[in-house]
Amino acid sequence: MLTFTIRRLFLSIPTLLFISLTIFLLLQLAPGDPMAQVPLTVPPEVKQKMREALGLGAPIHVQYWKWLVQFFWIEPQVLIDWATRDSTLFGWLPDTALAEGKLRVISWQTRSPVMDIVMQRMPQTLWVVGMSYVVGILIALPIGIYSAYRQYSLFDQAGTFVSMIGFSVPPFFSGVLVIVIFSVNLGWFPSIYDTTHVVTDWDSFVVQLRQMIMPVMVLALQTTAQLSRFMRASMLDNLNQDYVRTARAKGLPETAVVLVHVLRNSMIPVITVIALGIPSIFGGAIITEQVFKVNGIGQLLITALFANDLPMVMTLTFIFAILIVVFNLIADVLYGVLDPRIRYD
Amino acid sequence: MTDDIALPEDQNDLGALKDKEPQKEPRSQWRDVWDQFRKHKGALVGGGFLLFITLAVLLGPYLWSVDAQKLDIRNKDLRPIYTALWDSSARVSWARPFGTDNLGRDIMATLIAGGRASMAVGWTAMVLSLVIGTLVGVCAGYFKRTDGVLMRLTDLFLSLPILPLLLVAVTLFRQPLRASFGPETGMFILIVGVIGITSWMQTARIVRGEILALKEREFVLAARSIGTTPMAIIRRHLLPNVVSPIMVSATLGLATAIITESALSFLGVGFPSDFPTWGKLLSDAVPRMEEFPERVMLPGILISLTVLSVNYLGDGLRDALDPRIRGR
Repeated sequence: MLTFTIRRLFLSIPTLLFISLTIFLLLQLAPGDPMAQVPLTVPPEVKQKMREALGLGAPIHVQYWKWLVQFFWIEPQVLIDWATRDSTLFGWLPDTALAEGKLRVISWQTRSPVMDIVMQRMPQTLWVVGMSYVVGILIALPIGIYSAYRQYSLFDQAGTFVSMIGFSVPPFFSGVLVIVIFSVNLGWFPSIYDTTHVVTDWDSFVVQLRQMIMPVMVLALQTTAQLSRFMRASMLDNLNQDYVRTARAKGLPETAVVLVHVLRNSMIPVITVIALGIPSIFGGAIITEQVFKVNGIGQLLITALFANDLPMVMTLTFIFAILIVVFNLIADVLYGVLDPRIRYD
Repeated sequence: MTDDIALPEDQNDLGALKDKEPQKEPRSQWRDVWDQFRKHKGALVGGGFLLFITLAVLLGPYLWSVDAQKLDIRNKDLRPIYTALWDSSARVSWARPFGTDNLGRDIMATLIAGGRASMAVGWTAMVLSLVIGTLVGVCAGYFKRTDGVLMRLTDLFLSLPILPLLLVAVTLFRQPLRASFGPETGMFILIVGVIGITSWMQTARIVRGEILALKEREFVLAARSIGTTPMAIIRRHLLPNVVSPIMVSATLGLATAIITESALSFLGVGFPSDFPTWGKLLSDAVPRMEEFPERVMLPGILISLTVLSVNYLGDGLRDALDPRIRGR
């Protein structure tokens, strides 16, 4: 198992390098000019100097190499510096200054390091998207278990229909729909997510809860639709197995049979699906963040794209790619750990 | 099926030797498939709705001959006719059953035109991704030499962040393609291209798996032993046998293509404003949805219903094409 994990880890390095090269070359073809916003009164030779200051004068392979070094070598150093200086967990370590004076990946929009902005935006995305994923899982699992246990019952039919709707209604419509119903007509929830809101006491917590409900539920509908189908299929596979009959025959109560024996075995594929879904939630949240005006990572990507901010787009897209590759690996390893029948070696 | 029509002359002593029921015509596979498909109510309704919406957007402009681009500024912001049911002061007109937008364009006509664009993008992108997926899957499954490379490529594409890359690709290539093909054709080629190129992986994997299993079967061995060329084996013997999984993934592909195109339009990187699609109509209507919720609801409902019907159709097809489920 360990050798498999290590082998996969090493294999994922060329994959990630290739993906980063693909994204980089794609962005090199961009027709936009980062100097387009600079006033026309600036003479062309100054503009040329500014371009070179952004690192645009160098040949493509040099630019790519510089980006790689900045992303994989300097940014981790910045992280270590921050950890030893400000974080509570490692703050007791002596302060390091590894990244002192080194060039980081700089956003063309704000002229500040890309990773700093990403770190500012990360909590909003993690709160909304992460919460929706948890809520989705918590709703999906009981639905899946019960509809498999009572296959073809009214509940099962209704569950199938709801998950079909979850598959079919795109988030940009369900989001707008709940805004129309709950913010415009009923006035229960605010239609815009206020990220500057700070939770200090019970009242502000209620405000936070109210503004989170709609984006979380819209995203959770999608998660629920997929996961409840998987859970149901996996439960159905296991409910007809011989060991279930054995468990019933030896007189175990029905709850123990279903919720201990069958559920434990059915969770194996479902857990890997949950792991695989985590990165796609980040990608799918782009639309929901746009609908509810959450200034998270997805919204950052969109604004960066429209502003022709190539380093930001490159870094964000690559972060998404890392998430996908890492969670694919985690899913594979989890599958092997949970199911002793699976042998990778 | 088991209705045994016992004729009187079968009641003699030779009855035991005779067949219990009169010999039936041999049933073709597609008849079985249709019989199973008919049992799935959701799939029937879904298929019917898909057919209806396709015909509606194809024939709609002939039946409802209002020009979708015609500005009628005096009659702008008309409400749909049904709002008169509860709000007698609403401005409605029988000549504009779904109302008009803020420039006085007829909403019914724009919905039909938008549906044309959305369905055209959906169908073309689906066909493109099927062609790429089947090609890659067949090559990887049949020719062992290409298997490793093609499957690594598939894995690579599967680990790409699709929606961000779509956004990147569309924003980057918008200008050059518009310049060379014109704004509408250029965007069409671009959107169909990027959706097709980023959604073939599932089809390729399924087809490869099926081909790997099929090519070890005796009929392929027999075909090879009489000297059939690989191309002919693929065309005559393998492809007809993988039609079912391809059809199922086609329905899934159509659904995702329609949703992806609408999402791109919604995020503002899709077609230009004077070329309506359902997603574009929806996103254009969002700023004023408090006054005119129907402009958001109508295209949204159309997208959702179309995708829902496609999904149900796929569900029914999967059941109907699976010989293990069929006949139960």
